[in-house]
Amino acid sequence: MSSASEQSRRFQAARKLAGVIGVPAVAIAAAFAAGAVFILAIGESPVSVYGRLFSGTFGNFYGLGQVLFKATPLIFTGLSVALAFKAGLFNIGAEGQLYIGTFAVAWVGFTLSGLPGVLLVPLCVLAGAAGGALWGAVPGYLKSRFGAHEVINTIMLNFVAIALTGYFVTHVYFVPETVHTQRIAAQAQIPRLEQFWPVFKGSPVNVSLFLALGIAVAVYFFLWRTRFGFELRALGLNPAAAEYGGISVGAGTVLAMTLSGALAGLVGVDFVMGYKYYYEGGFSSGLGFMGIAVALLGRNHPLGVVLAAFLFGALSYGGLVINAVVPKELVEILQGIVILVVIAGTNVFGQLAASFKRGRPG
Amino acid sequence: MDWMIVLAFISQMVRISVPYTLAAIGGTFSERGGVVNIALEGILLNGAFTCVLATHYTGNPWVGVLAAVAGGVATASVHAVVSITFKAEQIVSGLAINLLAMGATRFFLRIIFGSSSNSERIAGLPEWDVPVLGDIPVLSTIFSSPLILATIVIIFASQFVLFKTSFGLRLRSVGEHPEAADSLGVNVSRVRYAGVLLSGALAGLGGAWLAMDQHSFTDGMSSGRGYIALAAMIVGKWNPLGAAGACLMFGAAESLQMQLQGQDVPTQFIQMIPYVATVVVLAGFIGRSIPPAADGVPYEKERQ
Repeated sequence: MSSASEQSRRFQAARKLAGVIGVPAVAIAAAFAAGAVFILAIGESPVSVYGRLFSGTFGNFYGLGQVLFKATPLIFTGLSVALAFKAGLFNIGAEGQLYIGTFAVAWVGFTLSGLPGVLLVPLCVLAGAAGGALWGAVPGYLKSRFGAHEVINTIMLNFVAIALTGYFVTHVYFVPETVHTQRIAAQAQIPRLEQFWPVFKGSPVNVSLFLALGIAVAVYFFLWRTRFGFELRALGLNPAAAEYGGISVGAGTVLAMTLSGALAGLVGVDFVMGYKYYYEGGFSSGLGFMGIAVALLGRNHPLGVVLAAFLFGALSYGGLVINAVVPKELVEILQGIVILVVIAGTNVFGQLAASFKRGRPG
Repeated sequence: MDWMIVLAFISQMVRISVPYTLAAIGGTFSERGGVVNIALEGILLNGAFTCVLATHYTGNPWVGVLAAVAGGVATASVHAVVSITFKAEQIVSGLAINLLAMGATRFFLRIIFGSSSNSERIAGLPEWDVPVLGDIPVLSTIFSSPLILATIVIIFASQFVLFKTSFGLRLRSVGEHPEAADSLGVNVSRVRYAGVLLSGALAGLGGAWLAMDQHSFTDGMSSGRGYIALAAMIVGKWNPLGAAGACLMFGAAESLQMQLQGQDVPTQFIQMIPYVATVVVLAGFIGRSIPPAADGVPYEKERQ
């Protein structure tokens, strides 16, 4: 009897592992296969294009540096979306939250320029988190207070955030003839990896990558090792049961959206403190939306998010590598297909597994 | 008061709201059937692209209009398969389709027209000479446009179809209570498919308007209109007349913004109007806006 239950547990574990790794793997393979059709259609060789894509990204340190640079903001936005997902909330607003957060980083960086770096750096980071948190808290509050759906509100607030920061950067804080603010103080700028490892020379990848990885670990500990994290996950699994168990759905919703927004706001640490040293209008072009794909592919787990961010980072830099042969938009097509296959496949896999289980005796 | 300015303002408002209205009514059909359709943005874009492509190769703008509708239906069918047949997350499906449409149109723009920004110029639709209405100064440009006239007909026809026909009743029933509809013999999947494909046809037609209005395709030319349409659908409380009204309101705000451009007025605050209005309406400050009960929920038929 114990061996039967042991067997069933192993079966469960194997099924879970296959679902976690199998579906994303199939999705990536399907996307590359579909991409090959596009490549053939324009008369190029998929083998040579994909070979170029691979060698240009992971084949040398410069490419690797660019991949890490592209992956850094995606880790933040992926974690943002994943944390909200865990609490049963769909944050499509990472895009808006990162605009507000990034602007806040720059604003603190050039306004409090008299402070020493040891104070200014953490203040800038906090400003990014706070800006994003504020923009995330609004739909959280609207949901808990009025029952207004966070999906629609976060979409709408994205546009409001872009318009609001657009106003600041065209009417209030701007360098004439540009759409960016003045530079942040020199002591607020964080080092690039090329300063420690010259092999990354020329890539803007900077120490915010380590912040992103550290935050991923922190999110893991928060969700699986703390009481608040447990409550948020309970909320995501079954809000009614969670409420019966004494968890406040309203407070949990606001907390989850606030934290989710804070994570998205940290994109500004990479963009402003490590890359451009100023805020620039329209800089993101979809990092928040890509975070949804990253979270999905990473199964809403911090480790998965980090891996998925590297994959999507590699694709988005890879687009530039192959651009001479195939339009770089090929990678957008690949990314779109990955997402569609993941969401369709997750369900199909679940049904297959269920029917397999039903077919078994006992 | 200069009447010509007022008439110009109205004409501009109407022209701006045409693609919004078509996409918003499309979204209404999809969501009334219980399928959230964030793919409107991608459908508009693909519709505009197929319209330009067909017109470019045939030289006949009417073929272009048909191609836009076909392109819209094709795009929507991806959403239908993923979200109805595979019962996948509808919002993510919509977002992925938008990403795909953005990438695919850029890809083919570069392959076919050798440019990353715009296509070659295409022929527009002929203007119609409508009696009486065509004699009004300035506004005559509205009534001479076949697509605007079609939009006006579509608004009222949609309201009628949704609320006065048995198809409309079925569509609303699978969006509100699919189990009940199923038990009465309504094929839930098939009716939901109809709603989503109809939204593709309408938003695709909206794409045709964008292409014809500009006589070309430009990269990313839907520029968020699908999301504004989504907002209008909500502000219009999921009904075609309401959606059209909201679209006119948003069109008026945008038209005003254009008039103010160049003067030292921060137009960003006018840009925010549709979005802020939607947040306010959703929070219930101006009448409650309640989505169909089963909106966004895949239908799982009971298994024996």
